[in-house]
Amino acid sequence: MSQITPEAFIKAMSALGAGLAMIAMAGVGIGIGFNAGKTVEGTARQPEAQGTLLKLMLVGVALTETAGIFALIISIILLFANPFA
Amino acid sequence: MQLGPRIIFKIGNVDITETVIFGLIISLLLIVFAILATRKMEKVPKGFQAAGELVVSTIYNMVEDTMGKRNLNFAPYIGTLVLWLGLGSSLGLLDLRPVTADLNTTMPLAIISFIMVHYNSIRSRGLKGYLKEKASPYAFVFPMTVLDDLFFPITLGMRIFGNILAGVIVMTLLYGGLESLSAALGSAVPFFQIFIPLPLNFFFDMFEPVLQAYIFVMLTMVFTSNGMKPEEEEG
Repeated sequence: MSQITPEAFIKAMSALGAGLAMIAMAGVGIGIGFNAGKTVEGTARQPEAQGTLLKLMLVGVALTETAGIFALIISIILLFANPFA
Repeated sequence: MQLGPRIIFKIGNVDITETVIFGLIISLLLIVFAILATRKMEKVPKGFQAAGELVVSTIYNMVEDTMGKRNLNFAPYIGTLVLWLGLGSSLGLLDLRPVTADLNTTMPLAIISFIMVHYNSIRSRGLKGYLKEKASPYAFVFPMTVLDDLFFPITLGMRIFGNILAGVIVMTLLYGGLESLSAALGSAVPFFQIFIPLPLNFFFDMFEPVLQAYIFVMLTMVFTSNGMKPEEEEG
């Protein structure tokens, strides 16, 4: 563990943190997949409602994705605009 | 990789970045389109007037479906928002940096929407009714609803900013990677950039701007109409 300068340590930990922050997308993936599955099921039951269901699905996808965008912003800040290094 | 917009020049202490210039150009484009669509109007429209009528009727139908017939006076602001945001985020098609990939663009618009929601709520319900609505059905939910309301403009601005910025980063990396791949094969012209980025360009520069502008505007409309007093049904 010798020869690790403090700057290199901070950079390495920032990179690690940026990677760990994106674990949040696992939940987003599950949520959007669930939403898409329910849309397909609804369309199978009633094919005339496909237009409405598609519109509502897109609204749901955009709202769920917001949670993942926060993780992305933390990741980008750590990689490109790092306040510690 | 440079993450922020380039600064073109400075006026005194204020940076004029490419976001400001492109935003002004988009506003000018919309004004010119509006002027061209409304001069020498005829009963049977054709040309620019037909396009203008299509845009206006689509927006007015959207506002009426979401907010009800009595709230149609919000439609100009909603229409301006959706057109400006949609046009501003799809500048990636012209290899320019999208206007909304900058937090300075989206946050003021989100704050304006936030002020509009609460001002209309207070004006419609009165100050007492507004505060009572925050504390219904039980009094202890008051801090939670206040926090929820304060969080609304932050998510509204961050949503469109994060999505468009992710698109900018992916496209920059993709084009840079294709260019170095073409250079590794020994050619000066980056010919790998011809067809491969097309599906990503469609997704990030045509589908995402429209979707995100629609979501922004839809959330503004829903929160505004929820905050106002519901129409009393005359029995």
